[in-house]
Amino acid sequence: MKYVLRRLLFYVIAAWASVTLAFFIPRMMPGDPTSTMFARFKGKLDPAALDDLRAAFGFTDGTLLEQYGVYLGNVLRGELGISIEYYPATVSSVIGNALVWTLVLAGVAVVISFTLGTLGGVLAAWRRGGWLDSTLPPLFVLLGAFPYFWLAMALLFVLGFQLELFPLGHAYDDRIAPEASWAFFSSVVGHAVLPAATIVLATMGAWMLDMRNTMIAVMGEDYIKLAVAKGLSPRRVMLRYAARNALLPNVTSFGMALGFVVSGSILTEIVFSYPGQGYLLLQAVQSQDYPLMQGLFLTITLAVLGANLLVDVAYAWLDPRTRQG
Amino acid sequence: MDALLSNRKALFGGAIMVTFLLMALVGPCFVQDPKGFVGLPLQPPSLDHWLGTTGQGQDVLAQTVAGARSSLSIGLIVGFSVVAIGALVGTTAGYFGGWVDDVLSTVINVFLIMPGLPLMVVLAAYLPPGPGSIALVLILTGWSWSARVVRSQALSLRRKDFVAAAQVAGERPLRIIAVEILPNMTSLLVSAFIGATNYAIAAQVGLEFLGLGEVSAVTWGTNLYWATNDAALLTGSWWTFVPTGLAVALVSFSLVLINTALDELGNPRLRSERAFVQALGLRAISPDEPTPVVRRPS
Repeated sequence: MKYVLRRLLFYVIAAWASVTLAFFIPRMMPGDPTSTMFARFKGKLDPAALDDLRAAFGFTDGTLLEQYGVYLGNVLRGELGISIEYYPATVSSVIGNALVWTLVLAGVAVVISFTLGTLGGVLAAWRRGGWLDSTLPPLFVLLGAFPYFWLAMALLFVLGFQLELFPLGHAYDDRIAPEASWAFFSSVVGHAVLPAATIVLATMGAWMLDMRNTMIAVMGEDYIKLAVAKGLSPRRVMLRYAARNALLPNVTSFGMALGFVVSGSILTEIVFSYPGQGYLLLQAVQSQDYPLMQGLFLTITLAVLGANLLVDVAYAWLDPRTRQG
Repeated sequence: MDALLSNRKALFGGAIMVTFLLMALVGPCFVQDPKGFVGLPLQPPSLDHWLGTTGQGQDVLAQTVAGARSSLSIGLIVGFSVVAIGALVGTTAGYFGGWVDDVLSTVINVFLIMPGLPLMVVLAAYLPPGPGSIALVLILTGWSWSARVVRSQALSLRRKDFVAAAQVAGERPLRIIAVEILPNMTSLLVSAFIGATNYAIAAQVGLEFLGLGEVSAVTWGTNLYWATNDAALLTGSWWTFVPTGLAVALVSFSLVLINTALDELGNPRLRSERAFVQALGLRAISPDEPTPVVRRPS
């Protein structure tokens, strides 16, 4: 319990730090932040609405400290201002719509990649020096050298544009209405396969290598020798004794890798015009939609922090040693 | 150094790296003007333009060669700065311990856990576009990783006898860190430098691909940015994005190779693993046996 509380405190600090960063970044930049941020609103909003928006970001009269207080209150209430690109929609509603797609795409891809990578690592370590161990790790090192989004571009080019096996972008076919029908569901799955495969391909290697290395270390332990010596089947020793214990350190690296996966899926979404957080971020950058950009930064960062907290709780539950200490 | 030259991985990785560095240094003198309009747009590779032309009628080969200069120099500068900051923060936290360590570790961990790309995008969007801004953004988001590695190494070094001896002799902390601790983690710092350079090149290409760099400059990232903007995928002009992607991948691959080779030199267990497994394979012994016995009594 003490462990979980300590981690909780850390995440509260991390969340506060990212919210504060989002507040100070526009204020530390050269020039007048308000005019950079709101210049693009001119003509779109009447002056009264513009003042409301300034208030939403804490650009009110008063000292920096007072501005900060107003801003913190707004963030806590989930009021992130109005998007320029999607005017008059609020930033929170625009992000909310896109969040579903990112969660589906990145969530499924991460689970598949972690499962496949871990299994691959277990098998590679178990048959050390075997064909799996001598082909896959170098292959993944090579794949990992390419920029993430470049792999996505190459895959999209070959499989989408040249061979026409997969749709070229977006989350579902425009001709199908988004409803609970089989046609819509299969269209969503068809559109998600290639982007998800890219994320899996690019992230699997790291988990596989991690798992392989911890497996090899665990396999040198005495209890493995004992398990073999007492005549347990190799399968049982591999899965129940070695893999189970090697998985534990990998759970923590799972949390650490989430940030990397999120960054990668942002780029993947951009290449595939997949309407998630990443695609939205690109649109925000291109149209200089600063409120939306900041909202996205906060949502993505807080989501990664939340996921890490869950991983830590899971770790405390999996590893009895953390509960004692 | 002799050991490094006899390592196949180091030799291969080093050769690629030297080729690219030479290309970045003198290459632009041998190719056409990378920004000039030299032919019809989107021409496939031909004798005139070995790697074809871009959507703006520029020579792809010239752009790839010219892009190396900016991408590699920013990569090396950021790599160096990241390790310098990491060494400063890491050794301070590791050596002094106590509340200094608590505060610094929390800061390091907060930066580690924040997803890098959104932070980079927000920072780069507010800064005026240019190589300086990109470098600053990459340093701000990248220092924490090397600080963590250095800190844990400093923690274990400060418990060593020679540090205790220096303390008893009355050396100042600054001198102990600079003379006793830092030289003893040279290999760690070198490998952190290579890793950070790799990160910086990849992240810079990613940011510029999003259009957050100076889009009129010729770098590997802007090459890819223009390739997608000129509908490279739709028009089937693979030659506008494949050469740059391969160049980035080759540089990154060579850095990974050099780092692995350095690891193997420092840790003989890694080096011998392959030879060991091969030797066992020759004698038809599975390496999974708890205690493989190579020489059997005849």
